[in-house]
Amino acid sequence: MARGLQLTNTMAADVASSSYNKNIHGEACIAMRAGMASDFYSTMSFEPARIVITGIGLTSPNGNSLAEFRQNLLNGVSGVQPFDVRYMGKSLAGVCDFDPLKYQKRKEVRVGTRAASISIYCAREAVADSGVDWESVEKDRVGIYVGTTEHGNVETENEIYAISKFDYDTKYWSHYHNPRTVANNPAGEVSLSLGITGPAYAIGAACAAGNLGLIHATQMLRLGEVDLAICGGVSESIHTFGIFAGFKSQGALASHKDPTKASRPFDKDRNGIVVSEGGALYTLERLADAQARGAKIYGEIGGYRVNSDASDYVLPNPTRQAECVRQALKTAGMVPSDIHIVNTHATATPQGDIQECEALRNVFGEGCPDTHINNTKSFIGHTMGAAGALELAGNLPSFDDMQVHPTINVDNLDPQCAISGMVLNKPVKAEKIDTILNNSFGMLGINSTLIVKRFTA
Amino acid sequence: MTKEDTQQVVLDIIADVAPDEDLSNVKPDVRLRDQLELDSMDFLDIVMELRKRHNIEVPEAEYTELASLDSCSTYLMPKFEALGK
Repeated sequence: MARGLQLTNTMAADVASSSYNKNIHGEACIAMRAGMASDFYSTMSFEPARIVITGIGLTSPNGNSLAEFRQNLLNGVSGVQPFDVRYMGKSLAGVCDFDPLKYQKRKEVRVGTRAASISIYCAREAVADSGVDWESVEKDRVGIYVGTTEHGNVETENEIYAISKFDYDTKYWSHYHNPRTVANNPAGEVSLSLGITGPAYAIGAACAAGNLGLIHATQMLRLGEVDLAICGGVSESIHTFGIFAGFKSQGALASHKDPTKASRPFDKDRNGIVVSEGGALYTLERLADAQARGAKIYGEIGGYRVNSDASDYVLPNPTRQAECVRQALKTAGMVPSDIHIVNTHATATPQGDIQECEALRNVFGEGCPDTHINNTKSFIGHTMGAAGALELAGNLPSFDDMQVHPTINVDNLDPQCAISGMVLNKPVKAEKIDTILNNSFGMLGINSTLIVKRFTA
Repeated sequence: MTKEDTQQVVLDIIADVAPDEDLSNVKPDVRLRDQLELDSMDFLDIVMELRKRHNIEVPEAEYTELASLDSCSTYLMPKFEALGK
């Protein structure tokens, strides 16, 4: 088994001179101080294990496999459709049509949650796609890290609605409420489905959660906590009226007579978010392990950064977003012009798009002739906790087909959103695609940037 | 409500609670858990559905009365009768 932490000669000497300490299990661990993370790789004689993506499982409003999803992104096919919301009536949403019975019994679907059905579908598709010999995998060395924006609202709303039919008598409240609403439900149901006995838990990070799933898995693999990670993000959000009503009250819920035109980041006529469900889970492994079994490799984790605005509950902060991107570039040992695709977070809110574009203009404004900028939400809406993971998946095939999928529905580009390198309405063929920078931001001011690079041995 | 009707009420509930199970040959005198894949949460579902659909309360101390279809009908028939069914 490859070690998560690979010591260089210098590092080994540091160990001998007690720069490193021993944890209670007697294993060497690194004394990392708070605040040093951004400079960690550059200032320490530390070579983190290379982490690679070896499997992808997804369900999106416009595709239930990577191939179908990618094809629809290149063909301009939206996944947004009319959708009835409890108490609110007709709205729009991105709805997935995967078959949960592919991997679950009917009783498991009934007892479990929608988020878990999405997770199980994605996890099993990812494991199958990875080609790993599942029977021989040590199940206690597998970690499940599922990013979610929120969890439990769907079940709670359903139960309140159910007891409303019985004069709100709580003796009609379901005994499944607690296992369905614990935050680790999606990850936990995956552990039940696949017999995984390693760590399985949720990463709560608002709409940055999908990226966080991959980032956290990378960290756990590098620490040697697990040998195989199933990670990413999921969302069942369309099944709670609260998220629709909340965005509506905020003036941030999209509407359009043509559902496929409703999600329109960067367009002058954008009017808010299309709420969507979906999921994307990956298998991540240390490179040495992946190579040892001859795995196909989709890409390598190049760098990442997570930071916080510390400035507002909902309003984004372009200064902190730009810092997040720059610090992620630093961990990757890259400069802005090294990035070939920037997949934006933009959700089509009037202000949020402008602010992200301000942040990107700050970083990529000039001198980045090979940088393309796109947006996947224009096709599928905002898949919340799944967004970072799903949108990354939509772009990974660019390493092979050398195309950049566009941002669709940009009939009139908002001048305040204009940035050099934007790919609008039609895909473009690129000369060079070796790097993807994926932004995902969330409420309470959490920002995440994940960089994935083409794998070269 | 006849014995057969009462047992059918229970089978209808089980069909929803355990939708993967084949209920075509359930033996009325054999414990349900010995012939079907039912766990304790499923029995709570059966109790809940009797409450929701038929306004019948089964106190926790009497859950064992729901062990088999025969015991279900013996236990439930008087309750249906008390409700005028």
